[in-house]
Amino acid sequence: MKIHIKHGRLIDATQSLDRVADIYIAAGKIVGIDKAPDGFQANQVIDATGCVVSPGLVDISARLREPGFEYKATLESELTAAARGGITSLACPPDTDPVLDEPGLVEMLKHRAKQLNLVHVYPLGALTQKLLGREITEMCELTEAGCVGFSQADTAITDTQVLWRAMQYAATFGLTVWLRPEEPYLANNGVAHDGEVAARLGLKGIPAAAETLSIYQLLSIAKHTGAKLHLCRLSTAEGVEMVRAAKRAGQAVSCDVSINHLHLTDMDIAYFDSNAHLKPPLRSQRDRDALRKGLSDGTIDAVCSDHTPVDDDSKLYPFAEAEAGATGLELLLPLTLKWAHENKVELALAMQSLTHKPAQILGIPAPSLAINSDADICIFHPEQAWTVSAQSLLSQGKNTPFLGYEMLGRVTHTLLHGQIVFNAQHV
Amino acid sequence: MEVSILNWKTADMYNPQLDKDGNLKHLLTIEGLPKKILNQILDTAESFVGVAEREVKKVPLLRGKTVCNLFFENSTRTRTTFEIAAKRLSADVISLNVSTSSQSKGETILDTINNLTAMHADMFVVRHAQSGAAHMIAKHVAPHIHVINAGDGRHAHPTQGLLDVFTIRHYKPDMHNLKVAIVGDILHSRVARSEIHALTTLGVPEIRVIAPKTLLPEQVEKLGVHVYHDVNQGLKDVDVVMMLRLQNERMAGAMLPSSQEFFKTYGLTPEKLALAKPDAIVMHPGPMNRGVEIDSAVADGKQSVILPQVTYGIAVRMAVMSILAGNPS
Repeated sequence: MKIHIKHGRLIDATQSLDRVADIYIAAGKIVGIDKAPDGFQANQVIDATGCVVSPGLVDISARLREPGFEYKATLESELTAAARGGITSLACPPDTDPVLDEPGLVEMLKHRAKQLNLVHVYPLGALTQKLLGREITEMCELTEAGCVGFSQADTAITDTQVLWRAMQYAATFGLTVWLRPEEPYLANNGVAHDGEVAARLGLKGIPAAAETLSIYQLLSIAKHTGAKLHLCRLSTAEGVEMVRAAKRAGQAVSCDVSINHLHLTDMDIAYFDSNAHLKPPLRSQRDRDALRKGLSDGTIDAVCSDHTPVDDDSKLYPFAEAEAGATGLELLLPLTLKWAHENKVELALAMQSLTHKPAQILGIPAPSLAINSDADICIFHPEQAWTVSAQSLLSQGKNTPFLGYEMLGRVTHTLLHGQIVFNAQHV
Repeated sequence: MEVSILNWKTADMYNPQLDKDGNLKHLLTIEGLPKKILNQILDTAESFVGVAEREVKKVPLLRGKTVCNLFFENSTRTRTTFEIAAKRLSADVISLNVSTSSQSKGETILDTINNLTAMHADMFVVRHAQSGAAHMIAKHVAPHIHVINAGDGRHAHPTQGLLDVFTIRHYKPDMHNLKVAIVGDILHSRVARSEIHALTTLGVPEIRVIAPKTLLPEQVEKLGVHVYHDVNQGLKDVDVVMMLRLQNERMAGAMLPSSQEFFKTYGLTPEKLALAKPDAIVMHPGPMNRGVEIDSAVADGKQSVILPQVTYGIAVRMAVMSILAGNPS
């Protein structure tokens, strides 16, 4: 398959590339920019006039719900949604059923994803068996099976001895530990930011200190054990400041923020909207502003969808009992563009938080528009408007606090290994 | 005129309790209810106080209507007063204590509601242990049905808040010149939240909450109250003392060391009450823990209006039901 993408605005910050040009693809690779290689005969020409041509997006947290929760979503439905979102690589957390704590399960998932051939799937293995925080997993075996990091998903390791050992062991083999900072006792049963909204609505709060205490603990242990640490889903201003200080002091730590926390606050819970029940909780405007700034100045390395499809029935509960999580694969790009626009971040810079920076965290080759790179490409129209609704989303998860919002930016084509895996005209 | 129309429309957009004309459709919380509606309820309740003293304690306002008391959380008093209120309005009343397993509560709620709707219930009175349960039900019921929140988690207990301000208004008609203290477990209290919203809406200038830090929500002052940790300072010169019930499980949650220490520090004794204005009234939403939050000498004393609260509770609930039934749906 030979593809000629015409007149698109090629953006790839790693190549200092930001200009309108033609790009040529053959045998799954990028073979030419501006000028076709000799004898190039395109099977397909994509007119990308007015569109951005970017390396494919990398989403470092998307729950695919397989195995175990197929009634919420399937690999096929979610990878289709990811391709629609312009995502060519994604990492999925291990909180499936069974938990991704055995090499066989990881191999199976990799195999299934490969067969579907829509998105590269990089599983995160469980750091402890069954995520129970007691015994560590066979991290080397799991890495061989395809895991790119080790995570506890939304559960915490309460026993600090186990946490210490898990990080020591991961550090031995240079593996990255992914943890969401939340002190479990302070957060116990909490469902909302411990502030005015929780006070008014009578919801049990989670104080910001639950995050900062945990960050302090994790940074200390990572420093002493030499483990590579990735902090998932920061939600507080103080948390951002702690990571900023740690980075300044030279510690090897990375972190991310979700699209939800980049835009919303606890006020968006409004009258108990269970779509706004998220982990970590949506916090104050001050926190949100700090997260936005942290992403601009590079303290926060990547933005992720934190895609968590939940079936309607599980959201039809009073706020605290409704399952936490929101769909996000198809919102990752437009909501990152929205942040870039509102925070006056240049498009080329913004795209880095969606492409090579998250790839670095995963330790996978950065998607690129350089000649001879794999042709994993996302083509999107940055100004095209669309409205978020159950009908407009391909994901099986229809739950998001952004329902009814107008988004700017829509993917027209996604290419994986030079194959068109999504074409907006065919939806 | 233009301005007020605009306000109603705004209220409709953000307040699921009001219909498009700004009339009360559900009573879910006092927060966000216009003063006009609060006064309408209180004035209507005034007219119902006399009904109980008649030989035939009934008015035909809800004749032919079916009121469903749906209690997902145990309650005797609130359920009984709602039942009496509905019966005095000539409604048919069904009371259900829905026992729930913690796993399938939500399913049970909506399934139960749908089943009862199919049996042509007109009004649901709902109590549930989770904040927001009544809002969720109101969001999913058929358009002709009215929902009254009889307590949802820590969030709201609007009829209790209303009967409390009704009682205050009865004894202290000049609401614009009052100091009101609410004492005890504010953190877990839906009653306190509803009282605070009712009092601020009606223009009470000074509301104090008095509690240890463990029993106060974070940023409670944003609700428009003054925070006191010292009960002796907090009770000084107040016109109304509203005590809250203290649940025993607070001791297990490391929020308090013992009920004895709580009584010593925050319990309302005659000595502490003496710090308030001499004509101050004492209220309690019940059921009381004598010797934990309130001394019997105060509970049964001449400043106590705890029993009139119960009596007015029926009138206030009659008012809410009749107003909801009277509003076109």
